[in-house]
Amino acid sequence: MELTNENVLGLLIDNFGEDHIRDAYDPDGIMTFFTDRDTIVPLIQYLYDEESLQIRFLTTMCGIHYPDQKEKELCVMYQLHSLRHNYRVRIKVYLSAADPVMPTLTHLYATANWMERETFDFYGIIFNGHPNLTRILNVEDMEYHPMLKQYPLEDQTREDKIDTFFGR
Amino acid sequence: MATETKDIKATTALEDHKGYRELVLQHENDSTLTTLNLGPTHPATHGIFQNILKMDGEIIKSAVPTIGYIHRAFEKIAERRPFYQITPLTDRMNYCSAPINNMGYHMTVEKLLGITIPKRAQYIRVIMMELARISDHLICNSVIGVDSGALTGFLYVMQEREKIYDIYEEVCGARLTTNMGRIGGMERDLSPKAIHLIEEFLVRFPKVWGEFENMLTRNRIFIDRTEGVSPISAERALNYGFTGPNLRAAGVDYDVRVMNPYSSYEDFDFEIPVGTNGDIYDRFMVRNEEIWQSLKIIKQAVTNLPEGSYHADAPHYYLPPKQAVYTSMEALIYHFKIVMGETDAPKGEVYHSVEGGNGELGFYLISDGGRSPYRLHFRRPCFIYYQAYSELIVGSQLSDAILTLSSLNVIAGELDS
Repeated sequence: MELTNENVLGLLIDNFGEDHIRDAYDPDGIMTFFTDRDTIVPLIQYLYDEESLQIRFLTTMCGIHYPDQKEKELCVMYQLHSLRHNYRVRIKVYLSAADPVMPTLTHLYATANWMERETFDFYGIIFNGHPNLTRILNVEDMEYHPMLKQYPLEDQTREDKIDTFFGR
Repeated sequence: MATETKDIKATTALEDHKGYRELVLQHENDSTLTTLNLGPTHPATHGIFQNILKMDGEIIKSAVPTIGYIHRAFEKIAERRPFYQITPLTDRMNYCSAPINNMGYHMTVEKLLGITIPKRAQYIRVIMMELARISDHLICNSVIGVDSGALTGFLYVMQEREKIYDIYEEVCGARLTTNMGRIGGMERDLSPKAIHLIEEFLVRFPKVWGEFENMLTRNRIFIDRTEGVSPISAERALNYGFTGPNLRAAGVDYDVRVMNPYSSYEDFDFEIPVGTNGDIYDRFMVRNEEIWQSLKIIKQAVTNLPEGSYHADAPHYYLPPKQAVYTSMEALIYHFKIVMGETDAPKGEVYHSVEGGNGELGFYLISDGGRSPYRLHFRRPCFIYYQAYSELIVGSQLSDAILTLSSLNVIAGELDS
């Protein structure tokens, strides 16, 4: 099987169903789709085990915050790479801010350990089953998760920087 | 030393996914062990790294790394700055090879904007990126020398790094944190002086590097210190997300330049060196060979440097020449809009990766159509592979741990972003 985005998507939908592999799109040549947190571990395990795919390298993962989307405020992005076929895939999971819990991938990828700690540190997403989910780059006693959009970079009450022409 | 290391490793059976944490808990209350605080500012660690070690005599039983000492919130800052102001942030990640970071970022934004840059600019980028790779590997390899007792070689090749910085200075005006190039190409063409400096470097550097190489590659003391120390298997390295020279030393020939060519790397003839068992000696040798390959690429690029423009025709994003700003209305408007960050980027989502000094340096950029990125995530190779450090040093001696750290080439700026 030639690894094109359509083929891989078809294969995944056959195995997991359209309810779990949703809204696929292709922003930059890398197929991106949404799934849910109950599917993510079996899905990534499947990508790892399936001989025709061999997607066995977790390139990166990160959190994204969309404060305006109700019930879908947080997003976790995983990007995986099949070094055998040079095929990349991007998987996203939406989470609600009230329940920011994801299963951990550390059982499958050792590299997920610090990536998940970083995502927890900056977005407050809790990875169930993680061996040591503590802050990694920020100080331990920090009381918020700084990459969330409600924490602006500069002090909004400053008056010496008001720019009447550009409003920022 | 090498055989001893292996035996001890075999007795500290790590359960793969639990990693160092299990070891730490296992030794937490063991009062026969000594706690040694290595870092954060230890002269032997070349950067701000802290590791709390549990030692049984000279043998490391467990290690807890603490990172984040120079975390500067680049991802957060990037969400507020206009696109062109983010380049200086990328300088400060891997400051040993800043041009690679700069150009990787520029290529990411160009991918988002859909700009194709002319061949000449691509070749100039290749030259600068390969020079940066040489300076990065040069530091790493000479520091491996320092940590195994050979300081002279380090000071000797450091002069050559200064020559590389002279070239940077001629091309962009800065030496360490370069802010080189622009979105859409280079900010100026390669001057005759720059070409002269590069050609001079291509003649002189091989001699110097050859001498350095002769000093270490067949040196009995050096081989005894490095061979078989902190090895990592290819499977484990992939599982840990290793990329770049450290992965290639373990025997996996993954190189972004070949697998996903960017900036015309497909035009050049070069080889990817791979090691066999991923120990310090292999990492040293892989980097060593990559320096020769980089020289080969630079030679080809300088010889075949195409004619043409050094920047793309993208007036909305690429600053107009200064003379035009003073004389033409259009140029003045573009200049003003770009500098004030009033040009909106299209909506989109891109990932672009380049082969940095330490591996796959990726930029994941989400644009919501505004003046600055909605989200910019850096895949920093150091951050990803430094988590294997504890596993690599457990069971080895303290002096080998220092050597392991320098052979992984962990750059604090890239680690902490």
